Amino acid sequence: MDKLTIEGTPKTPTVNFDYEKGHMEIKGRSIPENSIEFYKPMVEWLEKYAGKPQGMTNVNIQLEYFNTSSSKCILDVFKKLEAISKAGNQIVINWYYEQDDEDMLEAGEDYQAIINVPFKMIETEG
Amino acid sequence: MLDIYDFYDKMERNNIMLSFKGDITSELLTSILQIMESKLDNMQEEPKVKKKVYNVLVECLQNLYHHMDEVDYPSTDRSRSAIFMIGKVDNQYNIITGNYIRAENVTILKGRLDEINKLDKEQLKEYYKEVLNNGEMSQKGGGGLGMIDIARKTGQKLDYSFMPVDNKYAFFSLNIKIAN
Repeated sequence: MDKLTIEGTPKTPTVNFDYEKGHMEIKGRSIPENSIEFYKPMVEWLEKYAGKPQGMTNVNIQLEYFNTSSSKCILDVFKKLEAISKAGNQIVINWYYEQDDEDMLEAGEDYQAIINVPFKMIETEG
Repeated sequence: MLDIYDFYDKMERNNIMLSFKGDITSELLTSILQIMESKLDNMQEEPKVKKKVYNVLVECLQNLYHHMDEVDYPSTDRSRSAIFMIGKVDNQYNIITGNYIRAENVTILKGRLDEINKLDKEQLKEYYKEVLNNGEMSQKGGGGLGMIDIARKTGQKLDYSFMPVDNKYAFFSLNIKIAN
């Protein structure tokens, strides 16, 4: 399976999905007007990954900003991960938030409440 | 003749940092956000405040953008035009937006805003999660979450008004305050 790599822009995050390592990362800003289009390759990649996932999958979400249009797409990504987890594979979602950024911490907690996958909230220095 | 000093004076008194009137495009939003980000950096605003203002700004502007995009106005129609202003008075940021909406949509939008305004912090959090998890997403990616998110992040009621224009349109304005 190929790696999925997308370079970041002022409105979209850097994406690195690595099959061999079972490692996925979304980092930066996610504020595009049309998020569905941007997140489509990630959702499709995860559908393939679900067919033969690694025993342990690590997901890092390190967003500085994200808009409500992205929030639904991020949930779609998490739902794919939840399905992989339900099938008996280990997954951890690491949710990074900058010190004092309560809004970002709360956003992570919202997902944690909806998605049945272990979340780790990780505070970083601003 | 247009009294430019009158404009200037009003903007000065309201400490307007940036204003725009016209068609809202994706490129315009990118520029506005870049300008506002560097202004917030120059003001050495606390990271927490800066993030809140920036986030709310993104939602407000994208609301305007999606609204224009979804309604099929003729391109020459004045109703494609919107206004946007951001200012700061005494540690409080004010974001004001205004746009035309079809008269028949006023009741629905007003109902949605009033519904949001009835909720307290905890209820807003629950409502957000409900819409996030169950809500339908429009084709362009707007999911009805924008206004809930603005109410949640600002911790204030949505202050809005509808001004009747003619039998086809009303002018919708939203006045958002972000206290420091």
